[in-house]
Amino acid sequence: MVAYWIFALVSLLMVLAALVAVTNRNLVRATMGLVLVLFGNAVLFVLLEAYFLAVAQVIIYIGAIAILIVFAIMLTRHVGDAWGPAFHRAWAWAVVVAGGLAVGLLFWIAHWPAADGKAKSPVDPQYTKLLGKALVAPDGYVIPFEVASALLLAALIGAIYVAWGGRRVKGPYPQRSEEKEA
Amino acid sequence: MLWQYVPIAIMLVLSMGLAALIVALGHLVGPSRPTHRKMIPYESGMVPIGPGMRRQPIRFYRIAMLFLLFDIEVVFLLPWAVVSRKLGLFGFIEALIFIAILLVGYLYAWKGGALEWE
Repeated sequence: MVAYWIFALVSLLMVLAALVAVTNRNLVRATMGLVLVLFGNAVLFVLLEAYFLAVAQVIIYIGAIAILIVFAIMLTRHVGDAWGPAFHRAWAWAVVVAGGLAVGLLFWIAHWPAADGKAKSPVDPQYTKLLGKALVAPDGYVIPFEVASALLLAALIGAIYVAWGGRRVKGPYPQRSEEKEA
Repeated sequence: MLWQYVPIAIMLVLSMGLAALIVALGHLVGPSRPTHRKMIPYESGMVPIGPGMRRQPIRFYRIAMLFLLFDIEVVFLLPWAVVSRKLGLFGFIEALIFIAILLVGYLYAWKGGALEWE
């Protein structure tokens, strides 16, 4: 019962925050709305007893991606100014698609056997430990685990190559006078 | 299961409540005699120049991008860390390989000067 009320409250908060994220014309405020939605997502993961996903959600999405978005906004010109129309030309079509999706989802959920709220979570409460074991087990996911590391390495080198202008930076750049003071 | 999160909820409520309380108290108790000079943004006592939000250098973004990748590494190590003691030497070596592969990228970033605060 407690979980039900937390779910209702968090969902309501997420919908409101999502509205802020898409309607607020101040990009920083829109980002804060997005962060609130992501945090609500983490709470929903906790309610589903998917604790590892909740932690990953907070660490990756709130801890890193939200920071990337904020920095991307901060290095853009005219941050606070609202420019251009707030509505896209095809907003009516977007309403139709979103409404259709919502009706379809509601229909599907209403006919879902577990919709009476009596179903138990299919997630094993020990599943973070199981995941940890499976990640390094030879008959588990040890190859994907190590390949993920190689994938991250490729992303890291690619990011450095692209962001540092495709050349290896040697030594500090000459500083501009305004930066020297700080 | 959900009761484990009560301390976190209490901490959230306390920290947000304390922040709200301090701001509210400042408004209620403190005298308010605003002048133009008091209302301008504080910039170390100097007269502020230019807009409040200036474009930040892109190096913040680049460092954040590197941080994101190592953040994902941490998430991968998290489930391993929960059971690391039970996994013994084999699991430890596998995690070491995982870290070693990414260490190459770290060294690349270091040697290339990506970690320099230009």
